Amino acid sequence: MLTLYARRRLINAATLVISVLAMLFGLFWLGWILWTLLINGLPGLSGAVFTQMTPPPGSGGGLLNAIAGSLIMTAVATAIGTPVGILAGTYLAEFGQRGWLAPATRFINDVLLSAPSIVIGLFIYEIYVIKVKHFSGWGGALALSILVIPIVIRTTENMLRLVPNTLREAAAALGAPQWKIINFVTLRAARAGILTGVLLAVARISGETAPLLFTALNNQFWSSDMNQPMANLPVVIFQFAMSPYADWHSLAWAGALLITIGVLTLNVVARVVFRQSATAH
Amino acid sequence: MAAEKIITPKLVVRDLNFYYGAFRALNNISLTIPEKMVTAFIGPSGCGKSTLLRTFNRMYQLYPKQRATGEVLLDGENILDKKQDLNTLRAKIGMVFQKPTPFPMSIYDNIAFGAKLYERLSRHDMDERVEWALKKAALWAEVKDKLKHSGTGLSGGQQQRLCIARAIAVKPQVLLLDEPTSALDPISTAHIEKLIDELKAEFTIVIVTHNMQQAARVSDYTAYMYLGDLIEFGDTSTVFTNPKRKETEDYITGRFG
Repeated sequence: MLTLYARRRLINAATLVISVLAMLFGLFWLGWILWTLLINGLPGLSGAVFTQMTPPPGSGGGLLNAIAGSLIMTAVATAIGTPVGILAGTYLAEFGQRGWLAPATRFINDVLLSAPSIVIGLFIYEIYVIKVKHFSGWGGALALSILVIPIVIRTTENMLRLVPNTLREAAAALGAPQWKIINFVTLRAARAGILTGVLLAVARISGETAPLLFTALNNQFWSSDMNQPMANLPVVIFQFAMSPYADWHSLAWAGALLITIGVLTLNVVARVVFRQSATAH
Repeated sequence: MAAEKIITPKLVVRDLNFYYGAFRALNNISLTIPEKMVTAFIGPSGCGKSTLLRTFNRMYQLYPKQRATGEVLLDGENILDKKQDLNTLRAKIGMVFQKPTPFPMSIYDNIAFGAKLYERLSRHDMDERVEWALKKAALWAEVKDKLKHSGTGLSGGQQQRLCIARAIAVKPQVLLLDEPTSALDPISTAHIEKLIDELKAEFTIVIVTHNMQQAARVSDYTAYMYLGDLIEFGDTSTVFTNPKRKETEDYITGRFG
């Protein structure tokens, strides 16, 4: 009996060691990436980055137009994708028990969720950019919104399914019609989870380059006109990093650091929001 | 207890069968639930007592594979009839569940939610209704200073009384209680049992319980069910002290179940 127990302890210790090593291995690369970003990005992160436009090679400049463009397109994409995603996710969770439509939608959504983002960029290029005959901020925002939708659909459905059925029954037992049950009880109960999903979707699209290459392209100058090609951080980083110019390299690093900080902040906020609601229940 | 009151039938069940898909969960149930009294359904798990309770407000309609045949008459009207409007039915027959189910909103809004479905009350009238319901549910004293706080922040026993208040705020005629105390501690249970005793002056109460002592304490009539059959139904003191059927006696004396 004692030997059996000793064996269990040994296995337990061994598993713990392996798990910790695996965790350290994963964390090591993440730490290295962050470290590299900080080392290379911080020197370039001057006030000019936030006040000046992207420069031609050889002269000083910043990333203002790219930062603004990224913010505008991300905001528009979120504004388009969130309502569509929440409504579709609600349909799947609340009405999708019978029939063929919901399982089919769920399957397509899963495919969309893992679709390479460059394919989505090409798709928008084909159906929108070619039709209007020029690259534009709208094109970029549309491509990004197609990335937002499946993420929000998935989280909305999952979060609504976490709402206990007894809550729906309780509302139904009072005689509430289904739209009221969904609006005032289930969606409300899943609110924090859905918000988390939206934040994670925003984090996901704010670093996407591929869908913007064929849609928003880039713009060296200030532009808040969504019908014009629009500067954005990922594409600027891509172009500047591929160039042979040192000052462009330094701006690319600064841009990469900015995006990473942004995404990190969004993830932390999402976690805090979710945890707060978890303790409130 | 029962003999002191004039007995009027409130709910009459006739030849009720219930199916979960192909599985038959209730077999030809017939019984009469008297008005403004407490009727308890007892029996081992899976005997169909909750199923029977859930036909009274047609809760099963949320699930496509469940159906009922037969009749349940509320004041003479068959509520299983397709023509019966579900929402008006549920305004007349309120329900409280095993686990407390406060909605994710303030205590005040929890109570107002149901009342708002049927009546357009002024701010003042709604305030009064909320107070009335909370007082009826013996919760007013504990929450009157935090009506704007979330209902989910209350203790389990308080949440359950909140759910009772929410159900009676609609002013139903019948109150269905599905194991309302099985998730609560003994003190909260005592609170709710006392409450049931007070509420029966105004409402017809049907309670499902696993706890036989509870059935004996709170109910005027008791139905013993087993495997989808109604084995015995009668006034509580008779069922518990002098049961007609051997199966009932075995169950309540703890020889089985």
